[in-house]
Amino acid sequence: MEILYAITVGTLTACSVFLILRGRSFPIVIGLTMLSYAVNLFLFSTGRLVINELPIIGTSEATTDPLPQALVLTAIVIGFAMTAYSIILAVRVRGEIGSDEVNDYNYAEQEGQR
Amino acid sequence: MNLAAIVFLPFLGAIAPLLMGGRSRVHSTLAAGIVTSICIGLLLSLTPAVLAGDIPNYLNSWLPSLGLNLAFRLDGLSLLFAGLILFIGLLVIIYAHYYLSSKDSAPRFFACLLLFMGSMLGIVTSDNLLLMWFFWELTSISSFLLIGYWFHQSNARRGARMALAITGAGGLALLAGILLIGNIAGSYQLDAVFAAADTIRNHDLYLPALILILLGAFTKSAQFPFQFWLPHAMAAPTPVSAYLHSATMVKAGIFLMARLLPVLAGTPEWYTIVTLTGLATLLFGAYFALLKTDLKGLLAFSTISHLGLITMLLGLGSTGAVIAALFHILNHATFKAGLFMIAGIIDHETGTRDMRKLSGLRHALPFTMVLAVITSAAMAGIPLFNGFLSKEMFFAEAYQQDLFGGLSWFVPVLATLGAMLSVAYSIRFVHEVFFQEVADDLPKTPHEPPLMMRFPVIVFATLCILVGVAPMLLASGILDVAVRAVTFATPTLDIAIWHGFNMPLLMSGMAVIGGIVIYISRAELLTFSRQFDSHDAKDVFASIVSATTRFCDNLMQRFENGSLQRYVAFLLVFTLVVVAPELMAIVQLQGSRPMLPVDAISLVGAIVLMLAALSTAMLHRQRLTSLMMLSVVGLIVSLSFVHFSAPDLAMTQLVVEVVSIILMILALFFMPQRIPRASSGRRVARDVLLAGTVGGIVGTLNYALLTRPLESISDFFLANSVSGGGGTNVVNVILVDFRGFDTLGEITVLAIAAAGIHKLLNNLRPFMPSSDVDGRPWHRVKHPLLVQTIAQAILPLALMVSVYIFLRGHNLPGGGFIAGLVTAAAMILQYIANGVDWVKSRFDYNYQKLISIGVMIAMFTGVGSWFFDHNFLTSSFTHVHWPLIGEFELATAILFDLGVYLTVIGATLMILANFGQMTTRHRPRQEGY
Repeated sequence: MEILYAITVGTLTACSVFLILRGRSFPIVIGLTMLSYAVNLFLFSTGRLVINELPIIGTSEATTDPLPQALVLTAIVIGFAMTAYSIILAVRVRGEIGSDEVNDYNYAEQEGQR
Repeated sequence: MNLAAIVFLPFLGAIAPLLMGGRSRVHSTLAAGIVTSICIGLLLSLTPAVLAGDIPNYLNSWLPSLGLNLAFRLDGLSLLFAGLILFIGLLVIIYAHYYLSSKDSAPRFFACLLLFMGSMLGIVTSDNLLLMWFFWELTSISSFLLIGYWFHQSNARRGARMALAITGAGGLALLAGILLIGNIAGSYQLDAVFAAADTIRNHDLYLPALILILLGAFTKSAQFPFQFWLPHAMAAPTPVSAYLHSATMVKAGIFLMARLLPVLAGTPEWYTIVTLTGLATLLFGAYFALLKTDLKGLLAFSTISHLGLITMLLGLGSTGAVIAALFHILNHATFKAGLFMIAGIIDHETGTRDMRKLSGLRHALPFTMVLAVITSAAMAGIPLFNGFLSKEMFFAEAYQQDLFGGLSWFVPVLATLGAMLSVAYSIRFVHEVFFQEVADDLPKTPHEPPLMMRFPVIVFATLCILVGVAPMLLASGILDVAVRAVTFATPTLDIAIWHGFNMPLLMSGMAVIGGIVIYISRAELLTFSRQFDSHDAKDVFASIVSATTRFCDNLMQRFENGSLQRYVAFLLVFTLVVVAPELMAIVQLQGSRPMLPVDAISLVGAIVLMLAALSTAMLHRQRLTSLMMLSVVGLIVSLSFVHFSAPDLAMTQLVVEVVSIILMILALFFMPQRIPRASSGRRVARDVLLAGTVGGIVGTLNYALLTRPLESISDFFLANSVSGGGGTNVVNVILVDFRGFDTLGEITVLAIAAAGIHKLLNNLRPFMPSSDVDGRPWHRVKHPLLVQTIAQAILPLALMVSVYIFLRGHNLPGGGFIAGLVTAAAMILQYIANGVDWVKSRFDYNYQKLISIGVMIAMFTGVGSWFFDHNFLTSSFTHVHWPLIGEFELATAILFDLGVYLTVIGATLMILANFGQMTTRHRPRQEGY
């Protein structure tokens, strides 16, 4: 199971990094969102993979590590705030300069479409 | 204590002239003068003790871990310098009062001057090398302000910049040298460093430390080849030149060499470097002083030359040489300060400092002429003036030394040559300005200046004569202790005007005669020097600076070409470079923790997750499809949280997923509908390679982590959750209790993000299409009935669920975050189904207010525990001990969670409602729809 989990996290990271390296804002926002999934999964797994041991006292004999869960919970919410902010920023930029190109204007001019 | 006060009073006093801002100049002068006088009084009160052989000191630790102490000492050397700084400082203040014109800002001048004075006092009284360096840098900064005082003049700005660049760079070298010395000695306190002198001299790092420290000293004291900044610093007002270049700033380097003489001197490296540098500077300065046509330029190069003389004496390092050096410091300060002030008077009265225009001033300025003759005679080393005595001692030392073996003879010969030049430019200063025929084309008609402006010069001139006539009476006391502080030996001082016919007297005589000859034949010398191209040091310096800047610019252009994609790629590559070697160092990737078996559902889930992620990436140009794939990824992530015992996470992830996807679909409306094929094949290949490597590394890291045994700090939370936090859901107890402060920070971030988004949407004129990508117009039915009905039916249900989730959160999966998101999602559904106006007419609530209330509730819950004498956010459960406690404890935790709940609702809705309303308010429509 661990190896499957690790491969999944790696794949998610690879796909998100690829998206972040695009030159347009929408794929980048999607990439950032996916990267935050990958990071959350990674952080969560620092408590190791445990099945049927809820971090709720009295429900099972053993309990999993609650700390990574608490950290990841807030990370999800903050990640949402960041995603939202970057989306609105992209929309604003598109409204202001009429393009969703993320590179410097001069650079985009000189290198052509990308 | 008095000692520390002497250093800090000028810093405090620097505020006084500024406070006098609006008043007349007299007030500023008085404030500065009084501060200086108090310092002189304090210094005088300590003087008897120092003269008696005590070393008053003051010690207070500042950053003990770095070895930096607020430590001061007043030994003989410090006393000599502190006396010069304060005494000359006071006279300069008096002089400046008359010198500054009504257009100049007197408060700023005196404030900078006092800052500088305090920094200099700090250097000379520091008992800690790091502290001394600190003040050293302060002098660089305050002298920058003083030299650039007339900042409207470009040469003042350039001169100030050059002085700062050179002395600042030297300061950095000095710091490195001091760190080396401190490391070798094990302490930065002077006594400890002195005690470790032999260790330092025999250490492998002695030479680097010596060179670094000498770099600092030579740049500050304008020694060859760093002398070029000093003439350009003459753009400063003359009182500043008189102060900085006679007694203080440039003497700081000399002071440093004298201070560290017991530690560094006595080696071949020391005397070779220091003596030769001093000698070169002596000759160089004297020669150029003779050629300069600017009065202050002449004095500047003469200062360089005299500094070279003192440096050379310190390089020789014998007791006699140290006596001569310290005595010459004293003498040079008096006659050079006087000469600068005379130059200032001439400039002030005639309107020019150009010696080609000035001549015959003996009629207009007879009194000033007398003063000029006295001080110039001291500079030239004419008998009965103080300069003669120290120069005589210098000749004696130069003659006696045999440090350079068979070549030692060239030192006295060159020293005599330097003295000849010195006599020549001294004669020139007096003769060209005051004698010859009367100039009739001066910008102003000169008159004698006010008596008080001449007063400081009179004091200096009197001192030149008195010390010259009765040296033992006036100077021996202070010199005795100062020499003792440098050499640790009791010197036998025997300064006399007449030593009988001997070699030094002969050298003096030759210097005077030679000087006169050189002066008479100066025309040939000028013709000779005209053959050489003269480079303006300012231009050379400027071209070096601009070449450096250009080089850096070009270098930056290589990296910063405006492509954000490239920056991200750089960052990723750098991360790989750092992380990969660490992973290679792991011998066995798989740890000892037993692995879980793979079940079929997990396998299917993982495969779907990976496929969805890959499709998101590959189909990113088909925006909606890509987004749908992303939502699949999010859903399976939340399912995996369910599988791996994290119900809270699963719920949060699920709702956040829904909200984010709605937000992104909204955003799609405003983004370009077609994404052009953007990347070249090469770029895609590069990105795939990079992404694959990063993914591989992250996966490897995760695998290594997952298979290793867990050592967690969570046992504390598990053990204390029920007893300390009163809840069985440990995740929630951590959020609202154990790590409540973090959560407070988190909801604040959420609130700030929402506020930022609110601001970003302000006045936004977004691009909005009136049809979809294939040209089909939007449908005229904005709110389908079916959706409307279902949405309204769901709302009460969803609210109920959210309240339930909220209330049970402390003991079962749930809590403020999840409940808030559920409520927000239900509300968003109303917006989608019915439109902004529909919702507003029914539920018109200001979300900003909701956010503020939420954050405030959470914060005041925390503050509440202060009233029970407990730390911020302490749960009341732990400290209240009467029957109703259980209830009360529950109340505080849930209050905090209520704050979280409201903030999450407010922030989410503010983001989505504000954004969504743009689509309904300004949506363009096509005819007929």
